[in-house]
Amino acid sequence: MAEDTTVDAAPDVVDDGVAVTIDGTEVRARKGELLIDAAERHGVYIPRFCYHERMRPVGMCRMCIVEVDTGRGPSLQPSCMLECTPDMVVDTTSEVTRKAQEGVLEFLLVNHPLDCPVCDKGGECPLQDQTMSNGPGESRYIEQKRHLEKPIPISDLVLLDRERCILCDRCTRFASEVAGDPLIHFLHRGNHTEVNTFPDEPFASYFSGNTVQICPVGALTATSYRFKARPWDLTQTESTCQSCSVGCRVAVQASRNEVLRILGVDVDPVNWGWLCDKGRFDFEAINSDERLAAPLVRQGDELAPAGWAQALRQAADALSGALDSGGPVSIGVLGGARLTNEDAYAWTRFAKGVLGTDNCDAQLGDGLPPEVVLGLPRATIDEVCRPGGTVVVVGPDPKEELPVLFLRLRHAVVEAGATLIEVAPARSGISDYATVTLTHRPGEVAEVVRALVGETGQSSDLGGADASAVGRARALLDQADGDVCVVLGRPSVAESADFVTDAASVLQRALPGARFLSALRRSNVHGALDMGLAPGLLPGRVRLEDSGAEFAEAWGAVPATVGLDAHGMLTAAAEGRLSVLVLLGADPLADFPDRHLAERALATVPTIVASDLFLTESSARAHVVLPAAGFAECEGTTTNLEGRVSVLGQKVTPPGTARSDWMIAAELARLMGHDLGLESPAAIWDEICTLAPSHRGVTTDLLRSTDSDAGVLVPLEREEPAPADVDSTDGVAAEDVAEAAVDQAAADDTLEAQAAEAEGVAAAAEQVAAEEAGELAEEAAADGPVEDGAEEAVASRGPATLRFDGIPAVTLAPRDAYSLRLVATRKLYDQGTGVQQSAQLAPLAPGSVLRLNRYDFERLGVEEGSVVRVASARGALRVPVVVDAGVPRGAAAVYVNQPGLAATSLVDAAAAVTEVRVETGIDS
Amino acid sequence: MAVTDAPKMITSRFGRDDAHTLAGYEASGGYQALRKALSMTPEQVHTQVKEASLLGRGGAGFPAGVKWGFCPDGVWPRYIVVNGDESEPGTYKDRMLMERDPHQLIEGVLIAAYAVGCAQAFLYVRGEMALAQERIAAALNEAYAAGYVGKSILGSDFSVDVVLHWGAGAYIVGEETALIESLEGNRGMPRLKPPFFPAAKGLYMQPTIVNNVETLSNVPWIITHGGEAYAGFGAEGSKGTRMFAVSGHVKNPGVYEVEFGVTTFRDLIYAPVYGGGIRSDRQLKAFIPGGASAPWFYEEHLDLPLEKVAVDKAGSMLGSGAVVVMDETTDAVKACLNVVRFFAHESCGKCTPCREGTTWLERILSRIDDGYGRSSDLALLMDVCDNISPGIAWPPKQTTICPLGPSAVSPISSALQRFRPEFEAKVAAATKARADAVAVAVDVRTAVPHG
Repeated sequence: MAEDTTVDAAPDVVDDGVAVTIDGTEVRARKGELLIDAAERHGVYIPRFCYHERMRPVGMCRMCIVEVDTGRGPSLQPSCMLECTPDMVVDTTSEVTRKAQEGVLEFLLVNHPLDCPVCDKGGECPLQDQTMSNGPGESRYIEQKRHLEKPIPISDLVLLDRERCILCDRCTRFASEVAGDPLIHFLHRGNHTEVNTFPDEPFASYFSGNTVQICPVGALTATSYRFKARPWDLTQTESTCQSCSVGCRVAVQASRNEVLRILGVDVDPVNWGWLCDKGRFDFEAINSDERLAAPLVRQGDELAPAGWAQALRQAADALSGALDSGGPVSIGVLGGARLTNEDAYAWTRFAKGVLGTDNCDAQLGDGLPPEVVLGLPRATIDEVCRPGGTVVVVGPDPKEELPVLFLRLRHAVVEAGATLIEVAPARSGISDYATVTLTHRPGEVAEVVRALVGETGQSSDLGGADASAVGRARALLDQADGDVCVVLGRPSVAESADFVTDAASVLQRALPGARFLSALRRSNVHGALDMGLAPGLLPGRVRLEDSGAEFAEAWGAVPATVGLDAHGMLTAAAEGRLSVLVLLGADPLADFPDRHLAERALATVPTIVASDLFLTESSARAHVVLPAAGFAECEGTTTNLEGRVSVLGQKVTPPGTARSDWMIAAELARLMGHDLGLESPAAIWDEICTLAPSHRGVTTDLLRSTDSDAGVLVPLEREEPAPADVDSTDGVAAEDVAEAAVDQAAADDTLEAQAAEAEGVAAAAEQVAAEEAGELAEEAAADGPVEDGAEEAVASRGPATLRFDGIPAVTLAPRDAYSLRLVATRKLYDQGTGVQQSAQLAPLAPGSVLRLNRYDFERLGVEEGSVVRVASARGALRVPVVVDAGVPRGAAAVYVNQPGLAATSLVDAAAAVTEVRVETGIDS
Repeated sequence: MAVTDAPKMITSRFGRDDAHTLAGYEASGGYQALRKALSMTPEQVHTQVKEASLLGRGGAGFPAGVKWGFCPDGVWPRYIVVNGDESEPGTYKDRMLMERDPHQLIEGVLIAAYAVGCAQAFLYVRGEMALAQERIAAALNEAYAAGYVGKSILGSDFSVDVVLHWGAGAYIVGEETALIESLEGNRGMPRLKPPFFPAAKGLYMQPTIVNNVETLSNVPWIITHGGEAYAGFGAEGSKGTRMFAVSGHVKNPGVYEVEFGVTTFRDLIYAPVYGGGIRSDRQLKAFIPGGASAPWFYEEHLDLPLEKVAVDKAGSMLGSGAVVVMDETTDAVKACLNVVRFFAHESCGKCTPCREGTTWLERILSRIDDGYGRSSDLALLMDVCDNISPGIAWPPKQTTICPLGPSAVSPISSALQRFRPEFEAKVAAATKARADAVAVAVDVRTAVPHG
């Protein structure tokens, strides 16, 4: 097996498996494969309740027992606990098997209420289905069944009917094994066993909804779906969750043009079937009564309903007027990170090709510069979570901002031996799984990273991190097996993004083979950046200065100069230099880190045109409000944080006359005398594939082929199997692009980089193999012909269209000893419209207190929970203060965008860090 | 012949009031075996135990020396766990050993730990046995203070810690994997074997030897006198002596150490030095030979020797060494219900057939006994049993994870086979009572004038 080490080595070749006989047919099982899986893979479905392919088997329900002969005569064995061994003979249909399975089903039904007609699970219930297929037909049980109060809430989102529960341990295992929230347990014993929470400790997990989906009976139901529909009334389409940028695949289910339920779809590279509760339950916002259903135009202080013609005309006139009076630079386009790729492209083309303004930013000053996001070597989730790998997290709390990435990281650490090093301004949800957590003072993340990679001299105080912890982390990096992956994002909006950029430069320099996974959170921010919705960029991860000529040819024009980012635009607006500000689903008052600046900008700019789903605090100040179609209401594609493009499904129609953003952009262009020729999302995508260098070859056919269920990583990797119907020109284009990359790499004389790339691919191969062959893969990768793979490896990564070459070290003035530096982070549930417009989720936004280290807290001399005044140069807030051991000395932590606390009113976006003073003794 | 001249190997100190103290134990030769063991190599100690053919005394009767050899080579740490969760109905021998001679157990544990190479031993004592816990705790303190337990025992380079753990009172924890779960702080529920054979993946997923209290209490004698001497007592398939707890309708219930294979059930139940015969000199109806899980024996089995092979062959087991005697006045249905109710109560709830099946069986039996039986119930009982233990054979097969479920099948299959008429009579009486009740009801209705 030493030969099969290239990326082309199919897992099945590495592992020739074991021969087992199932129901008289000899089949090949994979080495170590469970009998229940091997049988299913070969078309024999063994009934089961407790077994779930994404969790450890427990063999409890006994439904999957079958007669197995391993040479000592047939005996009944649970097929979910039995690894296939050579020459095993299995009979899933023997009389003994049949009787045992019927017996188990009869036992399960002994205490099951059989209230199927009023049970939400009826029609999609494994107990119902398997009773029909493997059950005894009727019960002989005449005694009283178990009676318990039904149902009881075990969390704000999930109800439990213990009478229906068959105690399969799926939900409880999920809670402890997968989510790491062991809040539901078996209580009592024997026939009195029940699942429940401990008193006053609800199942308050961000992932509780998954238990509803995996419950094999109707015991666990979601408050939002209960009694809403029967499964046979639902129709569904597959899509990609738009609650964050992880891009979990989902099934959107609807009845009578109303989305009623979201289920997780199991795709290997991304979410494994899991969803966070925000992604699962914020669909209620789609059906919200607050949705904008018709355009609004300002009449004095009021926004009044208007027709599309009037609203678009008013917007187009404002834009034309701005062009006439102030030129393209007097127009800014802010937002677009929650649009489809096609919408983002249409707006980019409208803004840059028609209006000629480069003042475009999909981010709201709370992310990272696009060259960092797009220009660093990118990692996939699988690469980050490689078994036995090492990952450095420099970014936001993945549990709060990218919950399913948290699940994957947790799995990698807990189940697959990965090592996680966290660098954060305060301990986070992932800290419990990190081997080392290095907390840094705000603004000093790069200092910690320098120390971590050994670039710092003795004199440094390590950015506030503990020296011994830094030493341990450095040792872990030195011992890393294979290349390190970095999860990179913006941990706190109260400090400049420059510090993270600096840290990324250090990591890139010190760890040449490192790959980076962006941890920007908005659903399609990566797609929007790919589509050029950022200053200085054009679609396809290219710079305006490099590719302006090609796009000018295709579009007719491109901006003459590089424009402003969000901070620049808002500053310009506040200073009266912008005439029109277009908000694409953006709410800068809530999301821009500097609320005062956003306030001044919106108050000063003469015209605001907003396309939005809701009237947010910001769009309520607009002069023209255009109602947009949202998730599940429009077709298109989206791009997740890996750069994986997947297809969005339309399931319902938008409310009223709301329409897709690409239509709005195209219509505005038409009114201004330009026909963009954009007819449909599919046509737009074709144009993107033609024009955007990074997206060449990613055709609609490829995206919609069944092999691409999980989406397609862009740029195309050569090892990805191309479906037969992809035409040859696309293939050539992809190869051209790939060759260009080789040329460029060669031209740059980065042989080291090539070798590093090769290692990366070897690591990827190791991971693929590991899924199939366990430890054998390690051997394989170690023996791999790394040199031979180098060229191929570089080619497979496609064009290095935008490259991040690092920035010089950023310096920061020393901290004033009387001040604390602010840390402003996010929670999963906040004031965002998705949460607030979903009745079940809205109350879950926790609000915010001020969290201090005990040392700093005790200097205040106040009781925990007492209200203090926090003042910065920008503003002051009154907030209760508590001790939090996870906050380092010298820092003061708050959550942003929470009810009751406008934390961003403390932040000056122009300042490197936000220094605050905490004052006591104020009137309460 | 009721009494043999075999020495008392493990109950030799039961006559001493101070046997539970270190002074009393040392005065009667205690801890000499440990000294001797430490002068031997671990392999030599292991060999002695293997030569003794010491069978496990917990119920399954697996040779301890063989078990000790199951730990995979080179995997450390490995643990020894003492199963002191004695809770099979009618069994109270381990309790006696723990209360009256705790040092003997500790010495056995230390020798076993030395032979197997464990640096840590865990003594799991059933929650209800307060005195045993106190005595073992006191004994451990004394033994630590005297240097028998802890670092560099008796100046050697052998160190071992013994941890005393009190159970919370669950029968299922007597099952070794459930005991390990409980010891780890989890619910006491059995693990599946395969893959979780304790010798390979036991406590904290490390190799673990789980031995019964009585088993380990034999070890000091074996080391002192040699495995060969030990094997000189007993029968071909069962060496040495064994403690039997005799209870039920006998004149002298109690725990007796007898030589394997020489003594018979008749001796144990009727000999004046043992059970002393049945109360009021009534006739024997049935007896359970090895704890509540064992199929029942009757008059014709009285002359079987107390020896594993012969008892197994006759269709039951010596199990935990509990002999429960029922005289002719015993109601077979009630006796059966009593045992089944125990198992239903003690089912851990992990696997479906046991959790649902044992309670269902209890309810059917309860119904029959209460006069609400149906003629179809006897077949139903047997079929539910069959769905827990397919074929209702001995030794039992199981659809369950552990043998608790099939344990509830044994009394039903025994009683229904032997005493079926008693069941049928209760069902017939119930059927007649119902018919009469219906007749009365009909009379009453017709007697009410219309209008």
